[in-house]
Amino acid sequence: MQHNQLTGFGEILLFIIGAIVFVMIALLVARLIRPHRPNPEKLTTYECGEDPTGTAWGQFNPRFYIIALIFILFDVEIVFLFPWATVFGRQELIAATEGLWGWFALAEMFIFVAILALGLAYAWAKGFLDWIKPHVKKPVYRSPIPKALYEQVNERNGKNKAIDV
Amino acid sequence: MTTFLFFLPFILTYTVFAVYAERKIAAFIQDRMGPMQVGYYGLAQTIADLLKLLQKEDIVPQAADRKLFLMAPIIIFTAIFAGFATLPLTSGFTGSQAQVGVFFLLAVVSLDVIGILIAGWSSNSKYSLFGALRSVAQIISYEIPLGLTVLCVVMISQSFDLQEISYQQGIWWPTLDAQAQNYLFGLKALGIETTGIGGFLTWNIVRMPLFFLVFLIFFIASLAESNRAPFDLPEAESELIGGFHTEYSGFRWAIIMLSEYAMMLLVSLLGAILFLGSWNTPFPNIGSMKLAEWTSGTPGTWIAHVWGGFWLISKAFFLIFVQMWVRWTYPRLRVDQLMTLCWKYLIPASLLLVLLSGVWRLLMI
Repeated sequence: MQHNQLTGFGEILLFIIGAIVFVMIALLVARLIRPHRPNPEKLTTYECGEDPTGTAWGQFNPRFYIIALIFILFDVEIVFLFPWATVFGRQELIAATEGLWGWFALAEMFIFVAILALGLAYAWAKGFLDWIKPHVKKPVYRSPIPKALYEQVNERNGKNKAIDV
Repeated sequence: MTTFLFFLPFILTYTVFAVYAERKIAAFIQDRMGPMQVGYYGLAQTIADLLKLLQKEDIVPQAADRKLFLMAPIIIFTAIFAGFATLPLTSGFTGSQAQVGVFFLLAVVSLDVIGILIAGWSSNSKYSLFGALRSVAQIISYEIPLGLTVLCVVMISQSFDLQEISYQQGIWWPTLDAQAQNYLFGLKALGIETTGIGGFLTWNIVRMPLFFLVFLIFFIASLAESNRAPFDLPEAESELIGGFHTEYSGFRWAIIMLSEYAMMLLVSLLGAILFLGSWNTPFPNIGSMKLAEWTSGTPGTWIAHVWGGFWLISKAFFLIFVQMWVRWTYPRLRVDQLMTLCWKYLIPASLLLVLLSGVWRLLMI
């Protein structure tokens, strides 16, 4: 068994090393073929042809940070759920306890998930899950000309005619 | 024999043809012809593009963090490629035997978030940074429904090993575990044994009827994981140019694109393995018509390799086709819609499905 485990992870290591080696070789081949003629114009940051102003390493929307925090909550939950998933439904354990094991383990996990779901509900109620939407403000303009006059004009011209002036 | 020798050349050839297929599918959906000039029916178009990319200058912007900028594509590709290590290919051709299996897959694939963040941050470009932030927020958010749906399958199968999960979905399960029995909808109480019938009746999606919904959530989450439309905000061309890879050029950019297509293949293969019967045939044995046996072959024989590989890869390609179809059919979501869909619909739904799967598992025994 010990031996099997080792070869299992050895194969994963092979994939990781293989991927790095492949990318390196591909980039090396490209390096041999491609030209290398940098100039200051070419090396500027792309901003649609404008001269870039300032640096991008500044502030960003804090929502991303909150999303990352809530993610950690659930990722930890998943980390705990996975090992449990292969144990709670084991046939021999359930048989040994006359079915008690499965339901008991399931109920325990129900409680655990419910507590975490409460966290999600809290974040939901607090509005952390809502992205800031652009608020469409209807311009308020008090015209000295009464609205009825506009309608009269529209009616006289026929409502559709107003478009193709 | 290791699957590495198969997967590396396979991913490369697959990407070449997937890019071509994507352009052709897009063209046909939009009533155009697509690439037609290079080779017969434009078949060599991607190869020509690839040769061009090899010759392009690799520009590193002055303002960028040079070391991180050069490193990022390697991290992204490595993280995704390492995920392939645990996938089985046929009944006799298993990937890594590590017991953590699919758990490892989820863990290592989520590392590509770090690569994306490095790429976006080190570019020191506003487009790249915004693209990377959106991308990371999206990928980590959708990782939760993805993880929970995979968890549902693990709960029913009681195994992390993708090869064991594959065996459970077909007629060859008894060769692995002599006492193994499959029942219709997984319920012993119904009394209809399907162990010898196999075919689509033993696929996870039928073995556990709720898995249809689980698969739907898995598919949506997998679209978001691979940054595909309608979840392609991170590289929304109309507002963010190219997203996190705006500043990349030449073959380094090609590596990022390769990773994106490799990710599509990975999630499609995973979806096929977890839900659609893996390398098992869709045809059931009906009486003396042994369709399942005719179309799969005993594990260990070479014919089993041919059939197994054929079924698994066809299923994965079908899912990739659906991904492309979705991309060219639906418009892009807004950021707030994206987050609402994930946090307010998919996560509560998948939590509920996890609990129902637990109950179902206990009913299965």
